[in-house]
Amino acid sequence: MASATSPSSAGTTEAVVVRFAGDSGDGMQLTGGQFTLSTALAGNDLATFPDFPAEIRAPQGTLFGVSAFQINFGSTAIETAGDAPDVLVAMNPAALKVNVAALKPGGLIIADTGEFTKRNLEKAKYDENPLENGSLAKWDLLAFDISALTLEAVKPFGLGNKEALRCKNMWTLGLALWMFDRPRDPIHDWLKAKFAKSPVLAEANIAALDAGHAYGETAELTGPLKQVHVEPVVSEPGLYRTITGAEAISLGLVAGAQLADLPMFFGGYPITPASAILHHLARLKEFNVQTFQAEDEIAAICAAIGASYAGQLGVTSSSGPGIALKGEAMGLAIMTELPLIIVNSQRGGPSTGLPTKTEQSDLYQAIYGRNGDAPLPVIAARSPGDAFDCAIEACRIAVQYMTPVMLLTDGYIANAAEPWKVPDPASYAPFPVKFLTEKNAKNADGTDELLPFARDEKGARPWIKPGTPGLMHRIGGIEKAQGTGHIDYSPANHQAMTDARKDKIDGVANSIPDQDVCLGNQSGKLVLVGWGSTFGPIHQAVRRARKNGLDVSHVHVRHVWPLPKNLGPLLKGFENVLVPEMNTGQFKTVLRDQYLVDAQPLTKTSGQPFAIAEIEDAIEKFFDDIPGNEGGEVAVNETQLPSPEAINP
Amino acid sequence: MNDMTPVTTTLKDWETDQEVRWCPGCGDYAILKAVQRTLPQLGCDPAKTVFVSGIGCSSRFPYYVESYGFHTIHGRAPAFVTGIKLANPELDVWMVTGDGDGMSIGGNHTMHILRRNIDVQILLFNNEIYGLTKGQYSPTSRIGTKSPSTPAGSIDRPAQPCAFALGSGARFVARGFDVSKNLPDVLKAAHAHRGAAFVEIFQNCIVYNKDVFNDFAAPKGAEENQLWLENGQPMLFAKGTKGLARDVEAMTLKVVDVIDGDWEAAGVMIHDVKNRTLAHMLVELPFGPFPMALGVIYDDPRPAYDAVVSEDLARAREGKKPDLAALLAKGQTWTVSGTAQDPI
Repeated sequence: MASATSPSSAGTTEAVVVRFAGDSGDGMQLTGGQFTLSTALAGNDLATFPDFPAEIRAPQGTLFGVSAFQINFGSTAIETAGDAPDVLVAMNPAALKVNVAALKPGGLIIADTGEFTKRNLEKAKYDENPLENGSLAKWDLLAFDISALTLEAVKPFGLGNKEALRCKNMWTLGLALWMFDRPRDPIHDWLKAKFAKSPVLAEANIAALDAGHAYGETAELTGPLKQVHVEPVVSEPGLYRTITGAEAISLGLVAGAQLADLPMFFGGYPITPASAILHHLARLKEFNVQTFQAEDEIAAICAAIGASYAGQLGVTSSSGPGIALKGEAMGLAIMTELPLIIVNSQRGGPSTGLPTKTEQSDLYQAIYGRNGDAPLPVIAARSPGDAFDCAIEACRIAVQYMTPVMLLTDGYIANAAEPWKVPDPASYAPFPVKFLTEKNAKNADGTDELLPFARDEKGARPWIKPGTPGLMHRIGGIEKAQGTGHIDYSPANHQAMTDARKDKIDGVANSIPDQDVCLGNQSGKLVLVGWGSTFGPIHQAVRRARKNGLDVSHVHVRHVWPLPKNLGPLLKGFENVLVPEMNTGQFKTVLRDQYLVDAQPLTKTSGQPFAIAEIEDAIEKFFDDIPGNEGGEVAVNETQLPSPEAINP
Repeated sequence: MNDMTPVTTTLKDWETDQEVRWCPGCGDYAILKAVQRTLPQLGCDPAKTVFVSGIGCSSRFPYYVESYGFHTIHGRAPAFVTGIKLANPELDVWMVTGDGDGMSIGGNHTMHILRRNIDVQILLFNNEIYGLTKGQYSPTSRIGTKSPSTPAGSIDRPAQPCAFALGSGARFVARGFDVSKNLPDVLKAAHAHRGAAFVEIFQNCIVYNKDVFNDFAAPKGAEENQLWLENGQPMLFAKGTKGLARDVEAMTLKVVDVIDGDWEAAGVMIHDVKNRTLAHMLVELPFGPFPMALGVIYDDPRPAYDAVVSEDLARAREGKKPDLAALLAKGQTWTVSGTAQDPI
């Protein structure tokens, strides 16, 4: 994000970060979602970061029950949800306490005084009212009774007090729409559709929205509130929509199955944050998609493998703990060489860890996490939109190489939304599957023979559907003889089959594009190598550093296993390699192992995405230290962006 | 099992060229032969037949049947079967499992395949021992079973597979044993049932749990203790000299003597395969005071999950042309015109 003008000074600005924070029950995610939509319709580029507690209904007013939604939007390319917010909307004392430290100095706080009661202040562990004791002096403060104003606005509709107060989020949204000069019509339409069954609620919410908007207009003269205009971004012409990672993966899988000319079978088991994919696909039956909610994670993958065996494109999806349970079945899919897609929406670990927070700590699990020599390709999506292409790529590799493929995403990508240029499905090259329909070899006596484990030029075996006459054969997890697939424990055969499985997966590198440098020079002083959802902050940090004259490049790896063939030589063209990732340095270790490069880690495991400034600081520190840069870990200064957990005792 | 055009085959057609690797004298040989003899009688087509197994001695079964076969992982065969049947309900699927595979590590999946009622024949070979891992006691071993892991005798109570199956919602429950000449009839009944057909087959592990079922399954002299159930027929055993009657007071069954074949006078019950309460009583009868209930204990079909799902999918797709481009552009969209700009 370029330097933003605080919205409290009126005028036009390049980019703004707004954070809506309230109680879990205040509808902050909904407010953020609708603000996102109106922002997208206004033509800004944007990125969002929903940050909500793991508890479904945490006790009201508590620090751990705070739910927040951050959006960064602007007239230039936006690739992260932004570091420090310019505007914080705090619906209660707990929301203020948890989020205010992140607010940019001089930023604007909008607070609902109606919720700053003695009881709520106590729950938020405030000794005195922060709105009144001057403790917020370094920010602009706009405190007024949103609760009362909402009640007033919805009075004509005769709602009960509780129901009436539920309209507070729409009042707040109305104010935000005024602040950033957004049209209200799309929200009106959405409310009418959402409350189609109870028109009075639709009317009440619309009245609250309009009242919030009107308040902005009339309060203009009185205080720090000013209208800010953010110009539409100049982006590639075309049709756009907003998309979350979970949506993009679902659509990409549907597209991938169509390109492979196969029905899709999706086996899943509820787990945060992966469930959204199951929910999306469950509505797409007409696309020949079958979803199966299994009894557990293991059954979900086993059913998907069963479906692949029977000739469909088997897909399963989970998050770290569920992926751990699926490990043995992945080994079977590797051993029997059946196509399968495994989507891992990573979250903080180990064990249950941080179910609703993001992390990239399942990379070792993805690449190495099975018994035996059990290689499989691993692809990582860098953004919600990119997840669509990654899902298609995973399908292609799975069916062309007869192998399970792991697709890595994370809690951030799964939930975050960004504008997405709707692609033309016809622009993707199809990769239709051809099942074996007759015997594929000759015996010594000239008769036809079936070799279920014969290999093509890619090292892949044929895919044979049960039900095909004359091709009966048996497969299983026991080591199989080359060619025939019969049980064979002999030493030479196991050596040969282990090599064949490894060679096949290594060979996937022949069908993937060369690694590019997405920003900066092809060689130089420093390269930042990332993978997955760290794309945004790394890219922006490198862009800023380059503007400041530093010789730094950004390489972002999609195919994390096998790696692109030119990656080794590419990295060796740089004097230094720094690997920012949301784990303790896993990809750094992979790069060191594969290329013997002195890759240095920049790590963060707070459950929150990297801030641009954290990476920018690391780059600057790196150049400050040259010469005499001895390497060593560059630690992120957590005090810059405290997470709610850091404040929450 | 589904409608299919009968195919003419012989026992030989169902034998693979693979050497059978069970211990000499293992009860599995008898079960394999019974299955291979039954399949031609059912008119099954090897190309449309799939044998799926988990892990254990019994689970080597698919390698020896000339059909499609999938030897999967420990306890998970039901989940693979579910995926196979949902992907292609036309396949005729047999699942082979054991007491450890199906009742211990895979108990959860056994419950759910029965509850969902996937159309499959489930053959659970019960030898009350872990054979392939060299003789540890299993979840069906009787209290006091001495094994490498229970040198002083096992303490925990055994699971009852047929009671478990009924409790899980099974619509077909039957029992047989390895060397029984009646086993093919039980298999045929299982095959005729649409939905999950659960068959417990007592199997003699001659190495680790030899002759443990001899009281009712010995090749000779144990007939007295076998109650072969037949729908619509009186529940008689011991050559018709004994039968099962209602014990109304205790709300259970009792053994009665039948004099001169007059079973009606003795109050012997007629077996009804659709009587779920009776089925629950039959699978719980303690052996000793009672004979071993064998044959088709319960058979009352309900729609199979895979068939319902398949109809549901067909309905959802009927008359619809999936338009991916329209799906991608769903929801609120906006159009950007103008020229592209390089962000840097």
